[in-house]
Amino acid sequence: MNIDRRDFIKLAGVCTAVLVSGQESLVFGAGDKMKNDFMFLQLSDTHWGFNNPKNNPDYAGTLKKAIKAINNTQLHPDFIMFTGDLTHTTEDPQRRRKLLSEFKDIVKELKIKDIKFMPGEHDAGLDNAQAYKEAFGETHYTFRHKDLNFIVLDNVSDPASSIGDEQLKWLGAQLKKIKHDSRVIVFTHRPLFDLYPQWDWFTRDGSKAIDLLMPFKNVTVFYGHIHQENYHMTGHIAHHAAKGLMYPLPAPGSVPKKAPVEWDPASPYKGLGYRSIEMGIKTASVKLTEYPVMEMQT
Amino acid sequence: MKIFKYISLIIIFSMLFVLTYHTSQLFAVEQENVIKITAKKFEYSPNVIKLKKGVPVVLELTSLDRLHGFNCPGLSIRADINPGKVTRVKFTPVNRGTFSFFCDIFCGEGHEDMNGKIIVED
Repeated sequence: MNIDRRDFIKLAGVCTAVLVSGQESLVFGAGDKMKNDFMFLQLSDTHWGFNNPKNNPDYAGTLKKAIKAINNTQLHPDFIMFTGDLTHTTEDPQRRRKLLSEFKDIVKELKIKDIKFMPGEHDAGLDNAQAYKEAFGETHYTFRHKDLNFIVLDNVSDPASSIGDEQLKWLGAQLKKIKHDSRVIVFTHRPLFDLYPQWDWFTRDGSKAIDLLMPFKNVTVFYGHIHQENYHMTGHIAHHAAKGLMYPLPAPGSVPKKAPVEWDPASPYKGLGYRSIEMGIKTASVKLTEYPVMEMQT
Repeated sequence: MKIFKYISLIIIFSMLFVLTYHTSQLFAVEQENVIKITAKKFEYSPNVIKLKKGVPVVLELTSLDRLHGFNCPGLSIRADINPGKVTRVKFTPVNRGTFSFFCDIFCGEGHEDMNGKIIVED
């Protein structure tokens, strides 16, 4: 897990790490004694349609294996959230629609039927989300679950990686309906903050969204895009990036050029996986547990 | 007669000064360090640019196909590159180093490979 050094001390103060059978759990906010009220899964960057065996020779099977593992687990998530890049980009609009349709069919195999989607730039960046909307509907929306406020933001339909003034205005209007002491959970594809702009890991107007969220005491952002775990704080707002399910990417700035990490035959599916997120309703607790693609879950 | 000589000399020197000044300005324009960069899916050409620290430069950016971006966070440069239009970016590098740049307008499957670097030397 990639944690900024300066954040480590902060993180050490609020989280407990637990390692069980290859699963890694991080608990934020309430230590070991917290009682969580519900759980959901975050899956990200499945890149259906990617086909370079150097990075993943099982490109056609990885997502299906993860779905099988989730179906076989004893986990009982309330819902599943896919945080973008459902498909790998293509310039052919027909193929884009075909990939989105295939992806939709594959995830129908999940036993959990409450599945929420959002686009990544691979799904939506070349046609302003036209094909995505045909398949999945709106790219930004809100929903409530267990009295918590969930907001899905689209920072990919604009190929310039902006949220845009119109959506920011919409966000402001949504937030006006919420009390400042309410809990707000935000999903985005790209990081809202400048994680590593040299690799396009940022949102051009992300700071405007963060400014709108700042008055709320308890905000957590979950995102994808960077194909690895990452934890970062902007003020009191926590941002958690998730692993992908097709190929890992290197840690920010760790190599001269960003490129998918090559497949390691000695450790197949290394760096890939999904996570569960347990949350308390009245407490500010968050427990993240990372799962590998295929390992049997408990 | 002497006074006319002096006046004539002053006029000639003034004219020479004005001429020299304008010539030097013209010379300075001619000396503008212009680097032409073309962008197309999914590359910049050239993609390695060497500059001298403290020497002003103009990047002339053109796209051969579609809208691309030019973003060099280390030098605080960002521009859209529209096809059919020359985008000029003037700046003076003040620090030595290697600064990566990339396309920040999602442009297709090879978008993530569309990058380059500016090397600033003494």
